[in-house]
Amino acid sequence: MNQQIPDSNARTAEEFLKGIWRENPVFVAVLGMCPVLAVTNTAINSLAMGLATMFVLVFSSLLVSSLRKVIPKQVRITTFIIIIATFVTVVDFLLAALTPQVHKELGAFIALIVVNCLILGRQEAFASKNSVKLALADALGMSVGFAFALLCIGVVREILGNGSLFNIALFGEGFEPWIVMILPPGGFFTLGFLLLFFNWLQQRRKLV
Amino acid sequence: MGDLLFIFVSALLINNFTLSYFLGLCPFLGVSGRLVTAFRLGLANIFVMLITAVCAWTLNTYILPFAPYLRLISFIIVIASTVQFVEMAIKKLSPELFRALGIFLPLITTNCAILGLALFSTNKGYGFVEGLIYALGAGGGVTLALVLLAGIREETRILDIPKVIEGTALNLIIAGILSMAFMGFAGLFSGG
Repeated sequence: MNQQIPDSNARTAEEFLKGIWRENPVFVAVLGMCPVLAVTNTAINSLAMGLATMFVLVFSSLLVSSLRKVIPKQVRITTFIIIIATFVTVVDFLLAALTPQVHKELGAFIALIVVNCLILGRQEAFASKNSVKLALADALGMSVGFAFALLCIGVVREILGNGSLFNIALFGEGFEPWIVMILPPGGFFTLGFLLLFFNWLQQRRKLV
Repeated sequence: MGDLLFIFVSALLINNFTLSYFLGLCPFLGVSGRLVTAFRLGLANIFVMLITAVCAWTLNTYILPFAPYLRLISFIIVIASTVQFVEMAIKKLSPELFRALGIFLPLITTNCAILGLALFSTNKGYGFVEGLIYALGAGGGVTLALVLLAGIREETRILDIPKVIEGTALNLIIAGILSMAFMGFAGLFSGG
């Protein structure tokens, strides 16, 4: 993109902001789908997953970008995976100690953060080529964007499927929840329709 | 025997890896454009899953009791390198099979369905034979989902679809409907 001033504050801000909206990992790049659909049946689970992913992505990016001159080219992918797996193990044990309830509900999906293509993708495409400061901005932006997308889906699914938000009931007794929304098909539908909505927004903007 | 059948059918239909656990979605959405490719990817998936089951069981029985915190790292590294070795062996021994599975093998290794299989089957405490059957069912389930989606997508190409819904949005909605259909299998064993 803009390479004239490599480390300016403006560029750092730019790298941070792009992940949140313009290059949003879920809505635009459609990366890391497994956790996006699997754990977003309630807003709390979505938030926990978003934070766990953020922890792993930020620390992996920090480590990878500070070691980028030491890691040999041939074994870089393996190195990235080992670094990521280490932080995922840390987050797994952290969540088990801090919030056993959430840890139980997310189950194996915390361990599966390792194979989230978003994280490996950012290491390969960005952190391994840029300074620590830029890599940090990029990782923060991407993970905020990811958490935001997870929360969007989680909020929609919890309101429709359970009639509540963050476990607080929103509607009266008369509300008949759409059970299907908290079951697997609801995940596919919610994301499908959200993508549809963003496509429609984009097309409208082009016409204007 | 009944137990093994239950494990197989449950992994194949009731808890389908793709449609109810959302594992392996990247290839599910990416490579499901053509029926033939989808089927080959499915076969490669079954193959890698069988290898994974063997690796996961071996690691879990002989090594991990001494160092439980190494579970994730060792699964990934051992599975990835074993698949690499097997790929070389196939290339040497049976070029035909290699051409059929082709480029998919290395891609699949870092697929969440593979790691998911290793984690789920060790979490459930499956033995060697049970693990293999589980892998067969899970792989078959992934193949089934891939082939179904690819079939539907080939049909949609001749339809007149609004521009807004084309691409991932449409695929996700199709997958949602498939997933709803698979929910019907849930009562299969509970006497329903």
